Amino acid sequence: MLDLLKGPVAAVQEFFILTGQAIRNIFRTPHYGDDIALQMDTIGVGSLGIVVMTGFFSGAVMALQFSRTLAQYGQLGILGKAVAIVLVRELGPDLTALMVAGRNSSGIASELGSMKVTEQIDAMRALGTDPIQKLVTPRLLATMLMLPVLTIIADFVGVFGGWVVAYASLGQPSRQYWTSAWRGLEWNDVAQGLIKPFVFAFVVSLIGCYYGLRTTGGTQGVGRATTQAMVTASVLIFVLTYFIAQIFVTQT
Amino acid sequence: MPEERQPILRFEHVAVSFDGVAAISDVSFEAFEGESRVILGAMGSGKTVLLKAALGLVKPDSGKVYVFGRDLTVLPERGLFEVRSKIGMLFQESALFDSLTIEENVAYPLVNQESIHCPKQEVHTRVVEALKFVELGETLEKFPAELSGGMRRRAAIARAVVTNPPLTLYDSPTAGLDPITSHTIMALLIKARDVTHTTTLVVTHRYQDGNLIANFRYNSEQGQLEPARNGTRRDVRTTFMVMQEGRLVFEGDQTRLEASTDPYISKFVKHHT
Repeated sequence: MLDLLKGPVAAVQEFFILTGQAIRNIFRTPHYGDDIALQMDTIGVGSLGIVVMTGFFSGAVMALQFSRTLAQYGQLGILGKAVAIVLVRELGPDLTALMVAGRNSSGIASELGSMKVTEQIDAMRALGTDPIQKLVTPRLLATMLMLPVLTIIADFVGVFGGWVVAYASLGQPSRQYWTSAWRGLEWNDVAQGLIKPFVFAFVVSLIGCYYGLRTTGGTQGVGRATTQAMVTASVLIFVLTYFIAQIFVTQT
Repeated sequence: MPEERQPILRFEHVAVSFDGVAAISDVSFEAFEGESRVILGAMGSGKTVLLKAALGLVKPDSGKVYVFGRDLTVLPERGLFEVRSKIGMLFQESALFDSLTIEENVAYPLVNQESIHCPKQEVHTRVVEALKFVELGETLEKFPAELSGGMRRRAAIARAVVTNPPLTLYDSPTAGLDPITSHTIMALLIKARDVTHTTTLVVTHRYQDGNLIANFRYNSEQGQLEPARNGTRRDVRTTFMVMQEGRLVFEGDQTRLEASTDPYISKFVKHHT
């Protein structure tokens, strides 16, 4: 029984060591500014399209579904509020993180995994660079900077998607929708919505790096690392979503 | 010790294992300045792990590795960088960074190794020089994927020797190459050894590679290899080592190697052409 637990416990320990090293390296020289900029482009600008698409349609479908229930109680006026709260608190950060995890956790894992199996990571160490400083820290920093930005974009585009449905297919006045959405949001909602992407940034970037750097077994191993990174990152996002919600819900 | 010179590389009862499986066990040897060492062995006999231990890329479970008199086993990762900057390493599959051009690849050790202190304006000149040395002067802007296997190997040699390291390690330099390209690569290794007088460790499974290293030298006037006549290179000697399942089963010169009756050892020598 204890032997069964040994593997997972060791993996969690290794992950936290990697996290510690990645954070420590933020404050140590040398800094690889070019790599951070490149990763911000790949993770941030590269994910913009899918984040906008998911944000828009999740907002639109929510408006559509909520409108049926709310109309039963004659409360269609608070449609904007309902869409905005759900998006800003939960779906905006979660869907964005999931999309970025699907795109970048797996991307990072396969990139670092290929480098590992072709001895490029060893070569990097042999030629005087710390792979964590050069590869992991820039990815962590880039994700920490870009994921909140992407989340804000997704939130906004989502509320906009809700408005398109409210205005075009339900005939609700624009002013009513936007006022309800704007007034409905409280600081607590915004705080929760913006803390989450910071937490998820660790999961998205470091899970990818962790599985990439421990890849063994040639190209097959790279495939395995890619899948594991994406699955683990996605599941962890859901688990963390629950715990963060638990903290915020009990607080208010 | 009666030896007046300090060994450049010393292994003391080194053992390395991965997930409980021994990769090398109880390996001890010393390499002195200007010496060439040829490490023969079958696949999985621990040759690569031995080279990686010499670079501090893998930490031994027990034993000590001394490079230039410093104990690698007690140095932290960042402390190893200074020692590594004096070692050139050719990895088995070249290990060029495929997102960088050949020029950036060869410049990598010059730019990133703090103890090298290469001024920025000199980097390009030294890269061009190193690439000319391996006869790849025209490929600066190309990416590794655009080169053939032999050219990649040559670019990787340029990257290994661009800093003029006093110790160079070559991991299977001829693996997966045709006989003609293999000969070119070996000629480059011998050229690198004889022009800069570096201590050289070559891991290989081909006896003829070792034979070239032991018996040929680079003639810089004619630009090609020539047989080293007795007495012309007293300063350089070649020692053969044979690895079998992680153990060092033979260490000695070519004459003793060829005289060995051990079936495993003589299997390598029989390939001698």
